[in-house]
This record gives sequence, C-alpha cells and structure tokens, in this order.
Amino acid sequence: MENQLLKIRSTKDKLIETNEISQQLRKRLRLSETLIQTLLLIFGAVSILTTLGIVYELGKESWLFFGREEVSLVEFLTTTTWQPVAGKFGVLPLINATLMTSFFAMLVSLPLGLSAAIYLSEYASARARSLLKPILEILAGIPTVVYGYFALTFMTPLLRSIFGSDTVQIYNTLSAGLVMGIMILPLVSSMSEDALNAVPNSLREAAYSLGATRLETAIKVVVPAALSGIVAAFILGVSRAVGETMIVAIAAGSGPAFTLNPFRAAETMTGYIARISGGDLAYDTPDYNSIFAIGLLLFLVTLVLNMISRRIAARFREVYE
Amino acid sequence: MRFSLVDSSNKGKTTNLARRHQIGKIWHAIFFLSTATGLLALVTLLLSIINQSFGLMAVDYKVDPSTLSARPLEQLSNSELIDILKSNVSKIRLRTLEREKPLDQRTTDELLELVNTQIVGQKIIYTWKLHESIFRRAEIEAEIARDYPNARLEFRAWLNWQFLKNTMSSQAQFAGIRTALLGSLNLILYTILFALPIGIGAAIYLEEYARKDLWYNRIIQTNIDNLAGVPSIVYGILGLAIFVRALQPLTSGALFGTPAENGRTILSAGLTMALLVLPIIIINAQEAIRAVPDTIRQASYGLGATKWQTIWSHVLPYALPGILTGNILAISRAIGETAPLILVGASTFITSDPNGPFSHFTALPIQIYNWTTRPQEQFRNIAAAAIIVLMTTLLMINALAILLRNRYSKKI
Amino acid sequence: MNTDNLPHNNNYVIETDRLNIYYGNFLAVKDVNLKIPPRKITAIIGPSGCGKSTVLRAFNRMNDLIPSARQEGRVLFHGKNIYDPDVDPVQVRRMIGMVFQKPNPFPKSIYENVAWGVRINGFSGNMDDLVEETLRQAALWDEVKDNLHKSALALSGGQQQRLCIARAIAVKPEIVLMDEPCSALDPIATLKIEDLMRELSARYTIIIVTHNMQQAARASDFTAFFTMDEDRAGMMVEFGLTSQIFTRPKNKQTEDYITGRFG
Repeated sequence: MENQLLKIRSTKDKLIETNEISQQLRKRLRLSETLIQTLLLIFGAVSILTTLGIVYELGKESWLFFGREEVSLVEFLTTTTWQPVAGKFGVLPLINATLMTSFFAMLVSLPLGLSAAIYLSEYASARARSLLKPILEILAGIPTVVYGYFALTFMTPLLRSIFGSDTVQIYNTLSAGLVMGIMILPLVSSMSEDALNAVPNSLREAAYSLGATRLETAIKVVVPAALSGIVAAFILGVSRAVGETMIVAIAAGSGPAFTLNPFRAAETMTGYIARISGGDLAYDTPDYNSIFAIGLLLFLVTLVLNMISRRIAARFREVYE
Repeated sequence: MRFSLVDSSNKGKTTNLARRHQIGKIWHAIFFLSTATGLLALVTLLLSIINQSFGLMAVDYKVDPSTLSARPLEQLSNSELIDILKSNVSKIRLRTLEREKPLDQRTTDELLELVNTQIVGQKIIYTWKLHESIFRRAEIEAEIARDYPNARLEFRAWLNWQFLKNTMSSQAQFAGIRTALLGSLNLILYTILFALPIGIGAAIYLEEYARKDLWYNRIIQTNIDNLAGVPSIVYGILGLAIFVRALQPLTSGALFGTPAENGRTILSAGLTMALLVLPIIIINAQEAIRAVPDTIRQASYGLGATKWQTIWSHVLPYALPGILTGNILAISRAIGETAPLILVGASTFITSDPNGPFSHFTALPIQIYNWTTRPQEQFRNIAAAAIIVLMTTLLMINALAILLRNRYSKKI
Repeated sequence: MNTDNLPHNNNYVIETDRLNIYYGNFLAVKDVNLKIPPRKITAIIGPSGCGKSTVLRAFNRMNDLIPSARQEGRVLFHGKNIYDPDVDPVQVRRMIGMVFQKPNPFPKSIYENVAWGVRINGFSGNMDDLVEETLRQAALWDEVKDNLHKSALALSGGQQQRLCIARAIAVKPEIVLMDEPCSALDPIATLKIEDLMRELSARYTIIIVTHNMQQAARASDFTAFFTMDEDRAGMMVEFGLTSQIFTRPKNKQTEDYITGRFG
C-alpha cells in the first residue's frame, strides 16, 4: 500500500511518460479476488447440491422401492390398502388423509386469514395494526410440535365434548386439520395483506368517489384487484399444510386408514414417514425404501404448488410495480 | 330544488343506503373478529400449556419418605442418602447398583432418584390440570380419599428447578430436560457453524457478483426460492440418506478415531438443520445486502478499492444488523424443528450430556414429541413444562435479535 | 346547528365558508371563501403546494380518507354543510363525483368500469343502455363499442381518462371534480378531454384543478387563483370570470403569476 502511494507521488515529480502510466494502469491479476469470488460461487452452489441430493436420493431409493417384486407403481397409486407387512402398498389412504387434514386447515386459514388481511389493510388504524400484526407473527413462530400438543390436549378433547366421545376418536384428522389451520393463518393473512397493500390507493379513491362504502370498496375493488396475490398465498398455504408433519404425527393418528370420516384416525404421508423412521429403521428394507417413495411424492407435490404460487405472485407484482 | 344529503331515497337512484351501511358494519365486525381469532388462538394455546404444567397429583408410596429421615429427602447430604440406601436396599441389589456406578461417585440428584425409585417407590396415580386443581379441589380430595386411601395429594409445579437439572428418566416425576436442552443448543451450534458462513457467502455472491442474465445464476436464485418451500421432513429424509448413511464414516467420527456406532449423531443433525435453514438465511441476507445504498459502494470504488475490499469493509458492516436479525430468526426456527430430527435419529432416552460432534443426542422438541405421545397423563404434564422451556428459549433468542437490531441501527 | 335555514344564494352549488384544512398540526389551507356557480367550469390554479387539490378533495369529503386531515369552517352544497354530523359521506360522493390526476380505471372490463358505480348504488334499469349512453356522453363510445368486455387497462392513457370521466358521470352526479385530469396525458388527449369538459358543462358543474395556465384560460368559465403565505398555508387570492382574471387581474400576486407564466 505504502509502496503504491510512493509510486503515485513519484509520477508528480517526474515528467510523466506514457509507457510508465500504462505500466501503472495495467490490469493486475488479483489472485485473492478471483479466489474469493470462486469460493462464494461454490457457497451459492451448495443450494444446487442440496436440490440434486434430494432429487438423487429420493429418486434412487424410490427406484429401489418400485423395483421390489411385491411393489408396483400402478398398485402404489391406485389401491387403497397400505400394509407393508402383508405386501400391500397402496398409497391412497395416506394421500387421502393428507388431503383431509389440508382441507380442514384451509377451511380455517383461508376465510380467517383473508378476513384478517382485509381488516388489517382496509380497516385497522395504524395503532391497531401495530398491535395485531405482532400477535399473528408470534403465532407463525411457534414450533409445530407445540401445535401438535395443542391439537391433542386441547382441540381433540374440545371436539369430543362437542360431538361426543363415541363419535370422535382420540386421534382424528379434524382436530389436526383445524389446529394446522391456526398454524397457517398468519402465512395466509400476511401474504394476502401484502397483496392488498400493493393495490394502488387510486383505485380505492375511485371507488369512494363513486359513492361506494368501505365494504364495497374493499370487497368489490381491492380484493378482486389483489386476487392473484391472494391465490398465491392460498396455494402456498396448501403446500405448507401438505408438508406439515408434527401436528398430524401427534394428533391425526398412526396407522393408515382409508376413510372420509373426519372424526376417525388416519395417517398422512408425513405422519407415516415420521412413524416409520421413529424406530430403529434398518436400511434397505421395504419400510426404509417406502419413506423415500412417499417423500418423493411429497417433494413433487409441494414443489409444484410452490412454483405455481411463486409464478402467480410474480405476475401480480408485475401488474402493480 | 331541495337536496338532501341525509335521505338515501334521493332521485330514486340510491336504494337503501342505510342497509348498505348496516351490511358494512356487520362485515367490519366479522373482519375484526377474524383477526381477533388469532389473538384468541394464541391465548388459548398458552393457557392450555400453563394449565398442564401445574396442578395436583395423587401419589402412592411403598414406603413413606418421612419414615426414612426426619428431614425432607431433598435436604439430605450425599452420605446420609447413601446410608439410607444401604440400610433399606437388599445386598444383591446394592451390589448391582455399585457395579453400574459406585455410589460415592454419584451426584446428589442421582442418589435422590435412587432413593425414590428403589425405596420410596413413588407412583403417580393421577394428575389434574391447573383449573381442575383450583376449582374442583374438594371433589378431588374426596375422590382420592375414597378410592385410594393410602395416596397423598400434592400440588406439583411440573416446571421446576429439578426438571431443568435432571436427565431423562422413565418416570415422569424424575425426568428432566437437561440432556435435551444441551442437545438442542449443541445442535444449533453446528447449524450456525455451517449455515451462517455458507449462507452469507452465497448471499454476497448472488447480490454482489452474480450477473442476473447468466443462466446458472438464475438457476441458483430460483432454486433457493424453491428450496425455502420444501417441507422440513424432506430435509430429514435427505439427512438420513446423506449424513447418517452415506457419510457415516465422517459423521460417526470413525475417521477421527472416536467412533459412535452409527451416524445418528449431533453432527448429522446439525448439518441437516443447516441445509434446512440455508435458503432462509440466504434470502434474509440478500435482502439486507440489497438495502445497502449504492452510493456507499460507489464511494469505495471511487477510492480505488477492489470489489472484495468494498464488500468486506463497507457493504458487510452496513448490512450486518439486517443479516443478523434475519438469521437469528432463521436459527430460532431450527431450534423448534422436530420432523428432521426424527428422521436423522435423535434418540429419546439419553442420560449423558452430549460431548462433541459425534455423540448421540436428544433434543428439546424431540423430547416434547415423545412425551406428548405417551398415554400417561403425567407425561403430558412434563411435555407442557418442556414446551414452556422451549418457547422461553425462542422468546429470548428473538428478544436478542430485536436488541441487536436496535443497537446497531442506532449506530448507523 | 341546522344550516338548512340559513339564507343562501341559489346561484351557487358550492360555497365554502372560512374553510381551513389541517394535516395534523400543519395548516394546509386557510380561510377559503369560494362560490361555485352551477353548470359552469371553474378552474382552480396556483403554484404547486398551495392546497388546490386539498380544497378540491374537501368538496366531496375525500380528505376523510386521510387519517391526519381535518377541517374547520363549512362547505355548503346547495346550502347544506356537507360536514354536518348527519351527513353521510358516501351520499356526498355519490352526488359529487371525482376524476383523478392519473387515470385509475378498475382492473375490470370497460363495461364493468362504467356499470360498477351505478350498480352499487342500486340501479335497476337497463344497464346496457346506460353504459352506451354514458360512453357516448364521454365521447368514447365509437372507440370502444366493439371491445366493451376487454380490460380497461388495455386502453391508451387518454382513453382511460375519458373512461374514468364516463365512470364518474354514470352515477349522474351534480358536480364532477377533476384533479389535474390531463397532467399525465399528451397534448392531443388533453384537447379531447377539454372538448369533453365543455360538452359536459351543459349538464354538470365542473371544478378542475390545473397548473396548466393555458388550459384554465382555454377551458374554464371561472377561475380561482390560489397561492400560499409565508407559513406555506394555501389561500385563495382572487376569484372571477376567467376572461377577467387572465386579462385584468385585480390582485398583484395574480398578475405576477399569470404574466410570469405567459412571459
């Protein structure tokens, strides 16, 4: 550094010669700069490796799973009994339970989340918003195992006292789904609120200037204008519900069952994976391979949902930014 | 011409303005109540957990502890406890215990538990929730006096000092979360160690170096955004396949000469969690770096600094508070994650503190999961107590994040 | 206080009475006494920041939507103070419509944009006829009649603004407030809007805020000149026939402003 300063000073004293200047200005090979850039690129690539790792491992083990003589892809996707001991591998009961819990979750989180978003964005004063938003954020930060505990020790007894303990089993998809809805509520409400906030104020003013009430402005102008953002939030919520593990592992029941009764126990895809791997799982058994096959299914479903959600959200941003 | 701004029937064009306003009011209430449901859910959840953490329990004893010593057992010294053990436990049983671990080398807590399990034989008959204990006390007392005349009714705070200090036990009243808490903290240490440098590095690359028009940079960015939405259990599967199984020689410590019998170690779990939080860390750090005004970079370049000098001495210090805040929140998510740990094989019955990356471990959320799923009511009680510990830990971490943010944002 | 019984001059649709408007503690507009004659175009001109738009938005209570805004004094609409507690702001806005600086059509079809305000106000007649009639009045019908169900966002800026005018007059207001309606438009689109204003003034009272002096001179019947005092509070300096204001301003400030602009 000092050396360089001296050099620069020396050019002032002497007559400046062109080749001396071009010497000084010449491009330098900065080895450390290149090294750092390469290292950082590698860090960035770790995420790619993660994805490749997921795809490779899930793919490989699933391949082994479907390569077993007792398993066939068609049966896997079409039959309704999952009993590895009896050689029956029909994934439909697990998918069915996942759909049911996710459905109940969205039944709670979509209307409540959207209403809360409308309230926060269109009605609430700045003070009310600064009070209510952190509460929803706390709800988003609670570990899912705690929600699972809540489902089992609060929601289930509540349902049983309402509908009768003969009707409602101790483990049931409704309880897990409802609590999951509470868990997803902050996600839906905060993403929807962002979408509502992105709607330009000029549209609200236009509606008001035509003699619309606050409700008419909110429901008939702002919400339709923000619809794609809200849809994106909803889809992301579904994806979160499908991938949620702890609540269903604790409260929805263990043991696959093909039922549409919300009061009965039924194991979801994630619940199955958690139960099977909870014990001391031996490698290269049908059980071991099966969690990868179900994991692959889970990965693909959530990936597609996330991509759709992101695509819709991006298009929504394009309209208003 | 008379105009009325109040009467809604003006010109016959506006029908029923009053009704429109009324509908508006109803929906206003609905929207507000929906928002308040969030508050209600939070309060209910917290109350129901507190409700389970304290309450009456009915216990039965083989030997009444007051016949063993004049003072409460908790106040006795080690030698007094050993004396009690020697005079009340059969010689054969005593020899077995000595072989497991010599009595004079055991801690007071361990000795106390021995006295309790070997001699006193405390057995929980039933536990009640806090609200029952308060409002139905007389009823409960009558019930116990009738059905279990020998049992004693005690008020128990399941969350207590012993609970924090004790290791695992098969009996709820002696179980504690010491190993689980230490396991969680250790695990997070490795997560931070791997995820933080890689995450911030990747964020720097994407924000400062990567040209957005190059295909591989776009792929990296899209990929990170998508990874952030992958369910945590899928990361668990990945951790099981890669860290626990494929890299077993490394993660079990076999390469370093201190082998655990398999790869289900703290290191595997920490690495799995690192992969899980990495996308969140990158996205948070990217946002913080993006918020650095360009004028700062230009000022630095203007003085002849290289790119890395600019980043290291100007961009990073400016972005640091934002990066830290975002990442503390990401890490607090990792502390509460349970599903991946089930997959990478956290055990639930571990009584020794974790020592180093290659030890088997248990973690707080795993312990909560395990206790929750047991049928006995008293395990629900200690699960609730453990939840309070977990949530307090998270609260403290978040408070730290807010503190850091406030402190640094004042400086800049 | 019942203002209905106060004497008032039927020659004016809107009269303001010592109107002060605040944003928080900041006095944005002070002591405005303005009288707007019916079925004429009144222009409000003045340097930027002098509270022209604030005054305009006070005429249909749009300032209600800004939490920190409040006003003192009265705004009389046919003698009734629109800020009286028994007045419904929704009803005020139904009778006093507004067109904004930037065209802001709803992201719906052209047809829906026109029909929307009418529908929420409980219209039960033939909507198709009403939409056509309104679009004809707004001189937009011929350009859009084949695309009524296409998105309004596909129109050009000038067309969008005329659609916004159509949307405003569809609910048959008495007054149309225009807040710099041409500031985002090119000169040709601007001229079209000015022609349209002229035609509409046969049926509606139009109040237009503009900082385009030529526009005020060309298109308005009356002009109010606003400026601000040393505390940055806006105030009205002069009001009169446009021809008088632009040729023989009584006030020195008005003259300086107008000659300064016209060189």
